[in-house]
Amino acid sequence: MGYKKIFRGETLRLEILDKDGRIDRKNMPEIDRDHMIRMFTLMKQMRAFDEKALNLQRQGRIGTYGSLRGQEAAQAGLAINLSETDDWLVQSFREHGVLMSLGIPMHIIYSYWKGDERGNLGEHGIKCLPPSVPVGSQLLHAVGIGMAMAKRGLPGVAVGFAGDGATSEGDFHEAMNFAGVFKARTLIYIQNNGWAISVPFKKQTAAESLAQRGLAYNVPSIQVDGNDVLAVYEASRKALDHIRSGNGPYLIEAVTFRMGDHTTADDQSRYRTPELVAYWEERDPIQRMRTFLVNEKIISQADEDAISHSVSEAVDGAVRELESMPPPDPMTIFETMYAEKPWHLKEQQTMLKTELESMHGKEVVR
Amino acid sequence: MSASTQKLTLVQAVTQALKQEMERDKNILILGEDVGKDGGVFRATDGLFEAFGEERVMDTPLAESGIIGISIGLAVAGYRPIPEIQFMGFVYPAINQIFAHVARFRHRSRGRYPMPMVIRMPYGGGIHAPEHHSESYESMLANTPGLTVVIPSTPYDAKGLLMSAIRSDDPVIFMEPKRIYRAFREDVPMEAYEVPIGKAAVRREGDKVTLISYGAMMRPTMDAAESLARDGISAEVIDLRTIAPVDLDTILMSVEKTGRAVIIHEAPGRSGFGAELSALIAERALLHLLAPVQRVTGFDTVFPFAMMEDHYLPNRNRIEAAVKRTLDF
Repeated sequence: MGYKKIFRGETLRLEILDKDGRIDRKNMPEIDRDHMIRMFTLMKQMRAFDEKALNLQRQGRIGTYGSLRGQEAAQAGLAINLSETDDWLVQSFREHGVLMSLGIPMHIIYSYWKGDERGNLGEHGIKCLPPSVPVGSQLLHAVGIGMAMAKRGLPGVAVGFAGDGATSEGDFHEAMNFAGVFKARTLIYIQNNGWAISVPFKKQTAAESLAQRGLAYNVPSIQVDGNDVLAVYEASRKALDHIRSGNGPYLIEAVTFRMGDHTTADDQSRYRTPELVAYWEERDPIQRMRTFLVNEKIISQADEDAISHSVSEAVDGAVRELESMPPPDPMTIFETMYAEKPWHLKEQQTMLKTELESMHGKEVVR
Repeated sequence: MSASTQKLTLVQAVTQALKQEMERDKNILILGEDVGKDGGVFRATDGLFEAFGEERVMDTPLAESGIIGISIGLAVAGYRPIPEIQFMGFVYPAINQIFAHVARFRHRSRGRYPMPMVIRMPYGGGIHAPEHHSESYESMLANTPGLTVVIPSTPYDAKGLLMSAIRSDDPVIFMEPKRIYRAFREDVPMEAYEVPIGKAAVRREGDKVTLISYGAMMRPTMDAAESLARDGISAEVIDLRTIAPVDLDTILMSVEKTGRAVIIHEAPGRSGFGAELSALIAERALLHLLAPVQRVTGFDTVFPFAMMEDHYLPNRNRIEAAVKRTLDF
């Protein structure tokens, strides 16, 4: 009778590497030098990829592009813990960094933003779903895959990516709830970059954090400094271990900052102050890791120069590959709609073919 | 009756198809609200939980978007899910998943991830149900590229079409006419068989007018054809069985013969599937027509509460009146 306490919970945040490159030695995980250099290299590669993409867009060589600048640590620290053979990437649309870390060729990622359906990731070695634009909807797919992994006792984890805005969608909550009920082998990975286009986090929710939402669904969760690649590495390693051991899903909130516009079709100066952006510029994920690696003598200036050179070469190579791709075959519009083409698609395909032949001649149309 | 058939209702035929297919392929999963221990609110999954266990017949949280969304993930990972939407009137929360992903996944992934999924949903009025339990939303589904939409009207077809749908590697919306779930029985073969998707059935041959319908409206349509026959008017009746893709050849062959067409469905007329049928006939058989195509449909209103639903639903009299309009033209 009367009131009884039925629940008490707490939500933790992990920070290891501060903005000036100093680490918390007590919580510093054991990471070998190669892994640290690999994460640094991946972040540099993401930055170079991103800067090139913005240039390509300005020159009209690709279309609307969504920049990941500022979110490199949130992507590299997770990606390095993922398996190219077992794990599933269920991406939103700003995970280029994770994709390239797992081996998706950069020119394929560019081609998506060029408006080429081959960028929708049909042919590649890893288990990666195409980008999902309807915000938050993909999290349920990650839960379904994670349920399948649990049913079959497979080692793979399905990582469902979303941003802070997506957590206001009903599908986020349904995903968390289903994941909890069915003990899905799913990591719900939220990059809270503070902005859903122009709407700041404070207007997205009255809650202090997104990580605390795990409590309501009995899904273990943690918040990390998403600009701290060491904290992201450690939190995601632990979360993935938890899931792989058959203990059910996990939620990570990586708090970061979208340094650029939402996409190249956006102008962030309409709704953010230069002071705010400058505040986060000082917390740049790559700069702080560089300071740490140099201070600890893990890399030298010459090493860094070599890394910068190699990622820049790789990006230039990707652009050359992108621009040497023949244009997509318009007939493919019809090819993968159904296992067997219904009569009306055959008619429409013939119509398009006839139209193209009348414009370009038979020899260039298959 | 031969030894190898059973007299089944439409809903029993659905259950039998599900059971036999689940025995055949262990990748088939059933999931939805109340589909497990309860056997579904219409008992369509009766006995399956006991037969296959909770790993394959899964009661889910009450969330339609979640049910379809996780089915997508299960399908990507190699299962063949059969989610149930308890009533078609409740499908809206899942429409984003169906339109944005289920229908598009094969194409979005450039053929890598097809969606072998059957989304079952009882539809339509006539059972004196509360609000939101009587809707027919087939036209918006038939308008969505990537979807196949199947609507049986007999126990025999329900079993055979459902088996075809389950064996299809593409997503099929399987709309079950709940008004006739238990309206009559017919001989249904015990063994597995397929009724082809995309093929209509000519239920009655005639030469004066073509009546085109599907699902629960087949009964008043057949009643009207019999009544017209007593008046000496010979009506051909086509049961579409699949509306996407629709069986154009059967429709054109009939309309070219009769010169008149009346389309019957219970969904609202405006932008309904009858409009598509009417346009196809106009585009391809105009000069065979002796009268304008007529539609007999639900009104362009909210589906009324139980006490007034009989006024809303197309009936034999309205169908006969429409036929007479084509004859008097």
